[in-house]
Amino acid sequence: MRDSPPRRHGFSPLAIAGEILIAAGVLLLLYVGWQLFYTDLQAGREQTALLEGLSWTAPDVVGSATDDSGDNAFAVIPDELKEREAAPPGMEEPDYASTFGAMHVPRWGADYTSPISQGVTRRDVLDKLGIGHYPGTAMPGDTGNFAIAGHRTSYGKPFTDVDTLQVDDALIVQTEDHWYVYTVTDWEIVRPTDVDVIAPVPPGASENGRYITLTTCHPRYSAAQRWIVHGELDYWAPTGHGYPSEMVEAIT
Amino acid sequence: MISTWVWSRLPGNAWIKTALVVVALLALTMLLFEVVFPWVSPLLPFQEQTVEG
Repeated sequence: MRDSPPRRHGFSPLAIAGEILIAAGVLLLLYVGWQLFYTDLQAGREQTALLEGLSWTAPDVVGSATDDSGDNAFAVIPDELKEREAAPPGMEEPDYASTFGAMHVPRWGADYTSPISQGVTRRDVLDKLGIGHYPGTAMPGDTGNFAIAGHRTSYGKPFTDVDTLQVDDALIVQTEDHWYVYTVTDWEIVRPTDVDVIAPVPPGASENGRYITLTTCHPRYSAAQRWIVHGELDYWAPTGHGYPSEMVEAIT
Repeated sequence: MISTWVWSRLPGNAWIKTALVVVALLALTMLLFEVVFPWVSPLLPFQEQTVEG
C-alpha cells in the first residue's frame, strides 16, 4: 500500500491543466523576483568586486589620507594640472568586455563608483559589468561623443538616479592614467531608435566638442523610451595627484 | 494529478519525500536563476538601455 492513495481514478485532464497553470504562475513570479531583486544583488556584488580588482582605482578613490588634526583629508588636484585647452593623450578602444574606466557622479553620492567596460551587449557587459561604452564612439576626453549605456533598474542599476542630474553636475570618468571631468549640459527623452544622440556631435551641439552621453531606459521598468543625458568636458588631469575637487566637495 | 503521481513515486516515508521535493525545487530554482533566466532576459523587450537604429 502507498501511503497516499489517489483519491480519484485515473488522471483528470482538468486537474492536470490546473497544475500546469499553477506551475506557470509560480514560474512567472519567480522570473519577476529574479529580475527585480536577484540580478541586482548579484550584479552589484560582481561590479564591486570588479572595481576592487582594478589596482588603479585604489589610491585616488578608495584611500583617504589623514591630516595633522586627525580629520580625513582628501588631496585635491591642483589647478595647474587641470587641463582645459590642450587635447588629452587619448586612449585606444580596449578589447570587448574589458573594463577601462570608473565613473563617479557626486550627485549620486560620494561613494558612487561604477566600472565602465567596452561594449553595450546585455549578456556580456550591461548585465554583468555595469556601464558599457558604445564601440566606435569617442573614448574619454576625445573630440566627439563618449557614449555609455547602463541599467536604470536591476543588474546593479548604475544609472538608477539618472533623473536627479542637474545642469552643471559633474560626471567624472577615471581611467588608469587620467581624470576626465564632464559637466551635464542637458537631457532629453527619445525613442529607442534615435541614434543621433550618440553621434560625435549630438543634435544641437557645436562642432568639435568633447562630449559625454549617457543612455538608459525610460520609464523605469520599461523599454519604451530612452533617457539621455549630455555633458561636455570641463577639464582633464593626470591621476596620482588627488581627487577632482568636485568629488571632494561631495565627500566632505 | 501530476503532483500526487510524483509523490507516490518518491521513495521513503513522508519526511524523506518532503526533503527530496525541497531539494529538487531548490535545484530547479538555481537552474532557472543562473542559466535559464539570464538567457531569456535579453530576448524579452522589458530591459533595454541602448539606442539602436
